[in-house]
Amino acid sequence: MLFKLSIKNMTKSIKDYAIYFLTLVLGVAIFYMFNSLDSQQAMLEVSQSTRSIIELMIGMLGFVSVFVSVVLGLLIVYANNFLINRRKKEFGIYMTLGMGKRQISKIILLETILVGIISLGIGLVIGIFSSQFMSILVAKLFEADMSEFHFVFSKEACIKTCIYFAVMYLAVMIFNTMTISRYKLINLLNATKKNEKVKMKNPFLAVLVFIFGSSILGYAYWKVTGDVGSMNTAEKILPPILMGIVGTVLIFWSLSGFIITVIQKMKNIYFKDTNMFVLRQINNKINTMVASMSVICLMLFMTISILSSSLALRNTMQRELVEMTPVDLNLYKTANLPESYMKYGVEHKITNEKQREDSKHPIYETLINNGLDMNVLKDIVEIEVYATNNLTWETFFGDSLNEVKEKFPGLAYGTAEEIVKISDYNKMAKLYGINEYELNEDEYIVLCDFDSQTELRNKVLAKGNYPLTIAGKEYKSKYNKCQEGFIMMSTSHTNLGIILVPDSCPLTEEMKEMYLLSANYNAETEEEKKEIEKNFAGNQNSSNLIKSLNDNGIELDGFTKISLMEASVGIATIVTFIAIYLGIIFLIASSAILALKQLTDSSDNKQRYTILRKIGCDEKMINKALFRQIGIFFGMPLILAIIHSIFGIQFAITIMSGLASKDDLLPSIIATVVIIGVIYGSYFLATYFEGKNIIKEEE
Amino acid sequence: MEILRVKDLCKFYGKNETLVKALDGVSFSVNKGEFVAVVGASGSGKSTLLHILGGVDKPSSGKVYVDNQDVFKLNESNLAVFRRRQVGLIYQFYNLIPILNVEENITLPLLLDGRKPDETYLNELIDTLGLRSRVKHLPNELSGGQQQRVSIGRALMNRPAVLLADEPTGNLDSKASKEIIELLKLSNKKYEQTIIMITHDQNLALNADRIITIDDGKIVSDKKVR
Amino acid sequence: MEKILEVKNIEKYYGNKSNLTKAIDNISFDVAKGEFVGIMGASGSGKTTLLNCISTIDRVTAGNIVINNEDITKIRGNKLNKFRREELGFIFQDFNLLDTLTCYENIALALTIQKVNAKEIDKKISEIADKLDIKDILKKYPYQVSGGQKQRVASARAIITNPKLILADEPTGALDSKSARQLLENFEYLNQKLQATILMVTHDAFTASYCTRILFIKDGKIFNELIKGNDTRKQFFEKIIEVQTLLGGDLNNVI
Repeated sequence: MLFKLSIKNMTKSIKDYAIYFLTLVLGVAIFYMFNSLDSQQAMLEVSQSTRSIIELMIGMLGFVSVFVSVVLGLLIVYANNFLINRRKKEFGIYMTLGMGKRQISKIILLETILVGIISLGIGLVIGIFSSQFMSILVAKLFEADMSEFHFVFSKEACIKTCIYFAVMYLAVMIFNTMTISRYKLINLLNATKKNEKVKMKNPFLAVLVFIFGSSILGYAYWKVTGDVGSMNTAEKILPPILMGIVGTVLIFWSLSGFIITVIQKMKNIYFKDTNMFVLRQINNKINTMVASMSVICLMLFMTISILSSSLALRNTMQRELVEMTPVDLNLYKTANLPESYMKYGVEHKITNEKQREDSKHPIYETLINNGLDMNVLKDIVEIEVYATNNLTWETFFGDSLNEVKEKFPGLAYGTAEEIVKISDYNKMAKLYGINEYELNEDEYIVLCDFDSQTELRNKVLAKGNYPLTIAGKEYKSKYNKCQEGFIMMSTSHTNLGIILVPDSCPLTEEMKEMYLLSANYNAETEEEKKEIEKNFAGNQNSSNLIKSLNDNGIELDGFTKISLMEASVGIATIVTFIAIYLGIIFLIASSAILALKQLTDSSDNKQRYTILRKIGCDEKMINKALFRQIGIFFGMPLILAIIHSIFGIQFAITIMSGLASKDDLLPSIIATVVIIGVIYGSYFLATYFEGKNIIKEEE
Repeated sequence: MEILRVKDLCKFYGKNETLVKALDGVSFSVNKGEFVAVVGASGSGKSTLLHILGGVDKPSSGKVYVDNQDVFKLNESNLAVFRRRQVGLIYQFYNLIPILNVEENITLPLLLDGRKPDETYLNELIDTLGLRSRVKHLPNELSGGQQQRVSIGRALMNRPAVLLADEPTGNLDSKASKEIIELLKLSNKKYEQTIIMITHDQNLALNADRIITIDDGKIVSDKKVR
Repeated sequence: MEKILEVKNIEKYYGNKSNLTKAIDNISFDVAKGEFVGIMGASGSGKTTLLNCISTIDRVTAGNIVINNEDITKIRGNKLNKFRREELGFIFQDFNLLDTLTCYENIALALTIQKVNAKEIDKKISEIADKLDIKDILKKYPYQVSGGQKQRVASARAIITNPKLILADEPTGALDSKSARQLLENFEYLNQKLQATILMVTHDAFTASYCTRILFIKDGKIFNELIKGNDTRKQFFEKIIEVQTLLGGDLNNVI
């Protein structure tokens, strides 16, 4: 009998359950999609180094999934609680007929299990199909070969989804039983008797609090943008965050009172159509929704910020990657290894004579001597990099050192500056296709492209003709700021500083620190390039020259364009995936809470809209009023979240200096808008249509 | 034979200045087979009394004995059993389960008790209530009078010790009201069903054997009509 | 006299073939401008159905209803809504005031949905508030005022649009006798001084005694008609009681 009641209830109240159900299905589908990544076809096709990055990503996604399941679990408990509250009267009737609380718990238990199984089933089916599309996306991101399409099903992800959601439903059941046991029968029966009192806030107080809340937010905004320079430690970010939260709560506490006070003054707007009704509706409801509105707003803020900044991060990384990997190969090795050297106060002896001997020769010779067919390379340029303990970062900053140290105490000020002769640099720059420089006999140039380091160096260079003693000779800076340029490939702008000196600079043999060789592969096609690549990259490859040299005790290291690309794409992709995963979950959570809030108040709504109808409003006016009411409810947290995000994203970009650039924001913001528009928008429309149905229903 | 006894029943809401005495020392007893009407204006406390008699609400003090059982000494689950077996409730707005058809609504209390309905009694009840042609209909497909007849059937299905009716005709037109009152009287005679009916309508109360009048939470008169 | 309302041979059936109820069975009558007409009958007699049909909330099965030369059984959709908004005023037993709006705003709403500008709204409300003695409560919310005051606010809302016809459904049903009396005096004022045409459904003889004419309905038909003429209210009240006795049986509602 109980089972029959459950089933009948479900089919009858399918409309009430629609949004709850939609949320569960979406949650399951997304959970499955992101947890099934490892067994996707694209993953099987990618190269070894990418594979290890993907493993890292899967590990991180697994970790994020735990967090996501907590968010979803809370959401489900919350949504379910709303549904239970709507059915108080029904449970009251059951109890007067002599049903015990345990039996009522059993009915709800059965319903939860039913909804759980059905939503899990449908969600998994949707998730499995959607993950096929995701496969294509992944393949594109990792540049994997997807010429053949296979249907992929991940058993592990499926089981994981089932277990996680089973735990969530279990939490719901426990929570329900607790809720039921708290109920008093008489209150259940009287649940529909409405509370007539309308609590109104003192309009003066509302305006005051609104202004106060806005000021707090304004200050927090300034802290993270205008005054961002003072945000140099992690604790300092806390006060603006707290202010942001407090400000948000205060704004929502006072917003409706503020708006209504202001608009009441504008009689022509207030007394127009159903404006005053809609405003009062919002005013009446928002008072009970301060907490949820604030949570929703902050979740939306996180969604927008996470999505925009991570997408920007990814775009920046990719753009810089192309710029920073102009040739196929960089090889480097230490020059003139001494018999022993000091590291961290400990003396290290180098006993490998072969290695010491090799370090006296350029890389080109090492390659030839070790049997590399030099025909595989072309455009070979080799330069020398010098360094001396007499010219470190410490000496570079000179008199300003203390000032700089105060701001950035953590830097390794003992690091020796890298010195390169101008003709060497120009050879390299020509090959890389970047700017070449000219120097007079008494001048030097500092190249640096890592933003925060550039800023530091510019502080002293700005003094003009900044003097430096290099190899015992006095030089002055040609420019009063750092110039762009680099000698070694990398995934992004990470050149901390290179000092270019005239060829006449008396650099000694002892100061020679490193050889650096750049070259392109002598190949036409990608396949040929990959073939040559095997000489320099790939761990499992016996033909890897670098590895065999290292095994023989000869130190030689290098980067290849291909390996840098793969690593970079991987990191960017991890960030993007996690951001999209979290962003969508936050978005679903906030939309669902809003939708449920709106619909649970629908019985009050219905009564009021019925009165509107009775005093002569036609359906068009009523629907318009409802549309505006729901629209404003969905709009308010979104608008404040957008304002938060304008400042939040700027802050994120600033602290990720060098990693993400403002130029890459626009496309990422567009992508974010599309994602939010689709999910938030569909919840909004679903709520509107369901609300329309509810107020249309006859008694 | 005494089936119901109420002793010094009090129900207070609020505290200090806002204290409302919904019931203030109500005592009476009802014999098996009596048809009692409780009359009072709205706010007199009569609905509170009915809820307490039905084990729906708890009194602030005082006792209720049904069939010599002290109702509020029962624990939560036994109270549910009490409501299931000893009480039949009829409301102004029927309170039928919208998703169950007429027959299912009537048999629900039995099924909740894990018992099989007595087919002969069920059929007799359905015929008496004139619901034969409607057994498979859902409540919203019935008129108000028909819905109230279903709720009477539901209340009688368990042959409860007392049938409690709260303004049973309050939402019905005069013709349907008459039918419902006749059915209550019939069940009173035919099954020796004890009935306590709450109403604000003096004329309706005249159908009962005995009228208890309540005002401000106190019994102001208690007289036999016939 | 100008006819405001003409009801011609209307019928209204409920249910299906096996279970047919005739709620209205061939009713015809006219209401002239400035009349205050009462419709009386026991519950279930069809009087509420009749009012619902006239107020365009319900549709007739047969017959015509003409209000101000417009046959409302022939118009549909938005035109019908516009007609209701502009030509009819409603007063309900349970007030139907919006709990979220102040009394002032509740009255104003009837005008804002007709796109009247704010200045004029203010002028009109202060005029009517004076007449119905609700000036002091305009800033209050419905839950803060008494039932009688609520019903006067509802009356103000009904009259403020200058409707051709005011339809009142048991307006005193939820009021105590003192408030009821005050409301009815307001109705008399609206009727006599402002020439408002009022059609009121009630089962209460005292309430009905304020009307100028009363139609008695039984089993969906007009059973009797009483005209006040030059009678005092007390005399008229006694006549009403007589007819009710004549109607027989159901006297439950005569208090």
